[in-house]
Amino acid sequence: MELHEHLFRREAGRIVATLTRIFGVENLALAEDVTQDAFCRALEVWPFRGVPDNPSAWLMATAKHRAVDVLRRERTARTLAPELGRLLESDEKLAPAVEELFRTDAIKDDQLRMMFSCCHPRLPETAQVALMLHILCGFSVDEVAGAFVSTRAAIEKRLSRAKQTFAGSERLFEIADAPDFAARLPAVHRALYLLFNEGYHGASPESAVRVELCREALRLAALLFEHPLGATPATYALSALMCLLAARLPARLDAAGNLSALADQDRSRWDPELMAEGQLLLDRSATGPELTEYHVEAAIAAVHASAACVEDTNWAQIVSLYDTLMTIRPSPVVALNRAIAVAQREGPDRGLEEIGAIADRDRLATYPFYYAALGELELRRGRGETAREHFRAARALARNSMERQFLEQRVEACAGGD
Amino acid sequence: MSEFVFLYRSTDAASRAAMGSPEQMQKSMQTWMAWMKQLADKGHIKDRGHPLERAGKLVKGNKRTITDGPYAEAKDIVGGYTLIEAKDLAQAVELSMGCPILEGGGVVEVRPVLKTGM
Repeated sequence: MELHEHLFRREAGRIVATLTRIFGVENLALAEDVTQDAFCRALEVWPFRGVPDNPSAWLMATAKHRAVDVLRRERTARTLAPELGRLLESDEKLAPAVEELFRTDAIKDDQLRMMFSCCHPRLPETAQVALMLHILCGFSVDEVAGAFVSTRAAIEKRLSRAKQTFAGSERLFEIADAPDFAARLPAVHRALYLLFNEGYHGASPESAVRVELCREALRLAALLFEHPLGATPATYALSALMCLLAARLPARLDAAGNLSALADQDRSRWDPELMAEGQLLLDRSATGPELTEYHVEAAIAAVHASAACVEDTNWAQIVSLYDTLMTIRPSPVVALNRAIAVAQREGPDRGLEEIGAIADRDRLATYPFYYAALGELELRRGRGETAREHFRAARALARNSMERQFLEQRVEACAGGD
Repeated sequence: MSEFVFLYRSTDAASRAAMGSPEQMQKSMQTWMAWMKQLADKGHIKDRGHPLERAGKLVKGNKRTITDGPYAEAKDIVGGYTLIEAKDLAQAVELSMGCPILEGGGVVEVRPVLKTGM
């Protein structure tokens, strides 16, 4: 029997989440150790006995046995989850109590509980995302560092601080409490979107890493909408957005491995399944009065998905969606994207006019794609020399080698000059 | 064809160090499975064998003293064994070369099964 791709990583998240509920938040490290023990066991046994029919169940059952041992040994030495107190009073009660704690329906919500706990309001968003990747997605410190293109030391520091806050939170987030759930849900959406963006726009030069981050964000979002309280229009809209963007991933890099702009992508390589799923989720999001930025961004992505090529795109609709987005979540970057859409519809002169009119335009001064947009529009106006200057400015601001390479090519595209 | 036993030995520290992140463990696992499968496909596996618990008891000498073991004093512990069929010792050694335990600093002890009745 073949191992499912990333089985251990996925199971690590699931098992740590369940064990943390059982041991209590302050014993996260213990939960991680017990999980590691269960994996070691698998590594000792499976080569001889073969992979079990249900590897996930095998790992969870092994973790359960370890948990019973630990509870037996530690129940007097440690402060365990307070709600366990009564159950741990005697040996006879312990095993059936743990059995109860590992019931399928009980462990089903653990990942969700953990997801919400990671989005603790006292944690900065970047720490929330790192914590999710580490605890819930089973990424090692090195792998998180690789995903964020950061150093091991920096990530280790970020994670250990986050874990301290986490452990100090007394208990896991209680997902049964509807008002609390609704109050923290936007932060969870935000963190998932950040995680996705790290994969989609992030700096990791390895496309495999980026695809994995996007996939993890999609997986966690699915856990969210499978829960009655999590299945909100905003959750569906966010999932729709991520699916529609993820559909483009296969075309984002050209045959030579270079970044390819939306306009130049080979749309036949867009993933039809993800596009269909995104559309379905977008339809589901269209209930109730709530209109979030995810709704609008997903709608924009859906317009792109429905166009066979850049010329066929309904730019009028896209401009109007950006108008809506500017009312919900105004930002110079949104305004810039709107201006680019205007240019597609009404020509580069109008686009440059719109860019000139962006409030807070100075905040774009460090954003490479601001200068890249100016460059594209100038190039389209036939001013190669000016365009080249803009692309050079953009290249100087590139945040990673892929962006640098992409912008370098744009500089070279202006080589003909005026 | 002759029979050989592969004894897989490693220290606790070495085997822990080889574990690492879930993704690394998955990779180790895949390497083990692939190695075993490749031996089986070529007809070299007589018996996949068994993994052994690290902890046990040592019963020693005519006084039959019982101690916990073998982990207390052993540098490396047998974590499992497999019964192999090979042409000769040289081939058995050759077959052991791909064993993933070696990557983590472990040892494969290749021991011919004593032939009787010859």
